[in-house]
Amino acid sequence: MRRVVSTAVLLATTFGVAFAGLQAGAGNLTAAAQQKPDMTEVKIDNFSFGPAELKVAVGTTVTWTNRDDIPHTAVSTDKTFKSKVLDTDEKFSFTFSKPGTYEYFCSIHPKMTGKVVVQ
Amino acid sequence: MTAKSKDELLHDHNHDGVDRRGFLKCMAWAGTGAFCVMQGGVLKSYSMSQMSQVASKVTAGQLSFVQISDSHMGFNKAANPDVVGTLKAAVDKVNALSTPAEFMLHTGDITHLSKPEEFDTVDQILKSATPKDIFYVPGEHDMLNDDGKQYLERYGKNTKGAGWFSFDKKGVHFIGLVNVLNLKAGGLGTLGHDQLEWMEDDVKHLKSSTPIVVFAHIPLWSVYPEWGWGTEDSAQALAYLKKFGSVTVLNGHIHQTMQKVEGNVTFHTAASTAFPQPEPGKAPSPGPMKVPAEQLKSVLGITDVNYVHGQHALAVVDSSLA
Repeated sequence: MRRVVSTAVLLATTFGVAFAGLQAGAGNLTAAAQQKPDMTEVKIDNFSFGPAELKVAVGTTVTWTNRDDIPHTAVSTDKTFKSKVLDTDEKFSFTFSKPGTYEYFCSIHPKMTGKVVVQ
Repeated sequence: MTAKSKDELLHDHNHDGVDRRGFLKCMAWAGTGAFCVMQGGVLKSYSMSQMSQVASKVTAGQLSFVQISDSHMGFNKAANPDVVGTLKAAVDKVNALSTPAEFMLHTGDITHLSKPEEFDTVDQILKSATPKDIFYVPGEHDMLNDDGKQYLERYGKNTKGAGWFSFDKKGVHFIGLVNVLNLKAGGLGTLGHDQLEWMEDDVKHLKSSTPIVVFAHIPLWSVYPEWGWGTEDSAQALAYLKKFGSVTVLNGHIHQTMQKVEGNVTFHTAASTAFPQPEPGKAPSPGPMKVPAEQLKSVLGITDVNYVHGQHALAVVDSSLA
């Protein structure tokens, strides 16, 4: 049951993003530039990235926030992005401009891994 | 059977220094005040209550040193808002040892965020320690953001590569290793090819009777890989030490005392001077563990190590700061 619900949420999110994209495309250039870009959050909590796997549209900005009492990083294995060390409540943002699968990890605690799929 | 002999374990069926019952007993005591000693290839263990009986015989060795670990200077969260105070308490404990320590090992995570002022504060506090020589290996918290550049500027004199080195004291060979750099996604601590090659060469010409002490931040045995508590290529490092009769491995990182004996090798992890971490798998994550304020010092501590020449004995004693 949980799986069905989360798939439904994911679908809704995907459609929502696609719809927003269409709207931006239809508007004039100034309006599109003024529009707030798509944003998604990853929370770092209990030595894990949540959600561990994220699907976003091209152009989305992902923000990682460290909620642990211990510093962490978010570093992609192909070096596309690399956060500075994030102490408690510090954030790191990266805008994904190219489609692809970006695997990343915490370079301090490498057992912590995550993935951003950009479509 | 006298009361004393009940707590001495002298069975050694495999002649490898490991007795299963003795090993389990040692494990059971770990964290509550264990005292284990290798003597003539036989593991003996004593409870802390009997320390006074064995102290004069065993712990008054020819070489005494102290291990401290995981000071995390700069940490200020609920698990310990005063890491300065607890590090000072650790120094007081070191200075009060009945057998004075000749030098100290710090097994890493000197600082919490690798900030210059955090390193400065630790240096300042450790100046009041009686032992003047302090040998460091880095923790991952000491090499944040700059791949260890600052750490090496401060502590890297007379070291190789990312900060590894060896030295000899009274016939004991000490090897400090670095296993916190170039960590790979999904992996554990790493020593790497260059360091392993150096280590192989470093021990090649030593006599097999030379007692060896290896120290590094992340455990060199697989404590709990799910939390990253282990080192990918430690088996290779230990393979170079097979010929030696007495090998003691001292680590930090997991903020709790733990001991394990495998053949000729005794593994030991030290308590932190800053905050405790949960037992493997006993919490959702290895994050700092908050205990009631009045209990904090009982879960922090120092490790006192004594070597008795000619007896192959390295006695490892943990004392809490309480």
